[in-house]
Amino acid sequence: MGRRIIVCHLYPDFMNLYGDRGNVIVLQRRCQWHGLEPELVERSLADRGGFSGYDIIFMGGGQDKEQRAICADFQHMKGEALKEAVEDDVPLLAICGAYQLLGNYFRTAQGEELPGTGLFDAWTVAGSKRLIGNVVVKSDLSGQERTLVGFENHSGQTFLGQGVRPLGTVVKGSGNNGSDRTEGAVYRHAIGTYLHGSVLPKNPWLADYLIGQALVRRYGEAGLRTLDDELEERAHRAAIKRTGETTP
Amino acid sequence: MELRFRLAILVGKLAISVLRLVGRAASSFPGKVARHLCPGLLARLAGQCPEGCVLVTGTNGKTTTAKMISDILTRRGLCVVHNRSGANLIAGITTAFVAAADWRGRLHADIGLIEADEATVPLVAREAPLAVAVVTNFFRDQLDRFGELDTAVNLVRTGLAALPVTAVAALNADDPLVASLGDAGPRPVFYGLDDEAHAQPEAPGTSDVRHCLACGSAYAYTAHFYSHLGKYRCPQCHVDRPEPAVRISDLTLSGAVGATFTIVSAEGRLPIALSVPGLYNVYNALAAGAACLAMGVDGRHVAGALTDFASSFGRMERLTAGGRRILMALVKNPAGFNEVIRTILSDTEEKGLLIAINDRYADGEDVSWLWDVDFERLAGADGKAACVTVSGIRAEDMALRLKYAGFDVAKLHVEKNLAKAFDGALAKVPSGGLLYILPTYTAMLSLRETMHRRRLVQRYWEV
Repeated sequence: MGRRIIVCHLYPDFMNLYGDRGNVIVLQRRCQWHGLEPELVERSLADRGGFSGYDIIFMGGGQDKEQRAICADFQHMKGEALKEAVEDDVPLLAICGAYQLLGNYFRTAQGEELPGTGLFDAWTVAGSKRLIGNVVVKSDLSGQERTLVGFENHSGQTFLGQGVRPLGTVVKGSGNNGSDRTEGAVYRHAIGTYLHGSVLPKNPWLADYLIGQALVRRYGEAGLRTLDDELEERAHRAAIKRTGETTP
Repeated sequence: MELRFRLAILVGKLAISVLRLVGRAASSFPGKVARHLCPGLLARLAGQCPEGCVLVTGTNGKTTTAKMISDILTRRGLCVVHNRSGANLIAGITTAFVAAADWRGRLHADIGLIEADEATVPLVAREAPLAVAVVTNFFRDQLDRFGELDTAVNLVRTGLAALPVTAVAALNADDPLVASLGDAGPRPVFYGLDDEAHAQPEAPGTSDVRHCLACGSAYAYTAHFYSHLGKYRCPQCHVDRPEPAVRISDLTLSGAVGATFTIVSAEGRLPIALSVPGLYNVYNALAAGAACLAMGVDGRHVAGALTDFASSFGRMERLTAGGRRILMALVKNPAGFNEVIRTILSDTEEKGLLIAINDRYADGEDVSWLWDVDFERLAGADGKAACVTVSGIRAEDMALRLKYAGFDVAKLHVEKNLAKAFDGALAKVPSGGLLYILPTYTAMLSLRETMHRRRLVQRYWEV
């Protein structure tokens, strides 16, 4: 009898512009390869209910219009439930616009403040210059120093408060705001990041980190198999090389 | 002013000659230099076209649609100036007009045909006397340049709003984003597909428009043709698909061979046998037909030119090499790639496959979009794509995408060098067999250079 893992894809119909669904594909495939039984649940506008029953929650990036469309739903219908799930140690991965919405607020270029859910103690300010390009980040999230590669494409600049730690330090690219070298945010097992790519295919250790935490929470131990990640590692190294960085 | 103009023409034409002499494509640089010398250059040249200019823009199908329009207008007896190399930024457009002008800056042409990148549309609308604007579709593409899809739509809207009231906009009724431009300014002529037999059984996994642009409610579709193109209506505010004045019926798609259909309009019924494959090429033919019919071109010329149409370079282009057949199709975004996959699957013959992904500026520097392409469908078609080679700067990314789509990694051939990948992929196809080559833009230019060195094709500016 395989161990079941329920992956919740939040707002797949709104927040899907930048190829982030690759993360959901990777989570499902790697669960299978680890001998687990993945199940995918999609949640969107206007549906209610908690999130603690899921094992991993994922949400991708969208454009401003879509972000506005879900903003109210996110806050009033799902924000508290998401926070409860994260306090209950459910792993969560939020990319770009989703990461921004999970912060304290987003201040637009006109000075308007769109409230966020406050899951991450972070805030985002509209920038004058869009930060676009390949990114390399160093992260010790998994307990040892690893690299993350991805592609960022955002005009908001995010700043971190005391209640979160950064996902990593920028080696190449801009990261959260282009000034303090931080990238992403981590609170309990919730991760926010600007990295597209999609981020998980070329950073399989991050995918396995999420799956591992989910297994520990539900079954008491991770017990992941060692997968053949030769191709993943090659793609990871090629992406680093493409940015002109020689050492990973 | 006159002196600057004459000087710009002189320098521009010299640059074109020199570049061609040394075997380089003179697609953008001469126009850039010439515009620097005389900023009003394009306006002066385009203004000489007695019939004005036709603009073609949108995400996919620009080059093919423009070539179809060029063929139709030429058949009608018009002399057409056209940036046919596909260099569709302002410098490339200017180069085409400079090349067509004589050394004194006189343009002996009847009509200008301008393929323009979405971001270039406002500038073209200011400088060229546009009589007709054709908008093909809007899909997620090159988000590293536009940031968002809406940016591209708004740029085209700005351009259309600057056109005179006498201008006509040929708009795709089946794409809600394009149809929303109906009130942008010019008189809209909507075109669309009316054959529901070609609807997809279910909504696509990745769609760029799911919600009404006016009120935000989810669209109800009675038919999905591809990506978000289809027959849609808004159950809330009833901003529905406009009724197309030019439409396609009786469509039959025949795999890699082509398609037959009828273009129906107020002018009557035009039977067409198109020899380029894929539903997206049917849409391109429809867009070209709608634009030309709106210009008053006789239907016989439309039908004749479309039936005789041969593909523009790299757009489902047919080549032969060493006794093997090659079909080369440019891929640059999920919507286009999914349609190429659909065409490959509709062709039951066993075939080789070479996918070449570069991430230079012209390709899009972000390769995330590969994860929005439904390679799972290709993986499910057992054995049909027997040998798969992946290449280009992002060969590993492509290989990884195929691994997670369910392809057997042991059977994937990863070769970053494009020339080696081409030779290897071709060698794996048996004599008489078929090889599909699916490159991004700059990978296609490199592969064509390789094929040219192998004496298989001409350089594209020699075509």
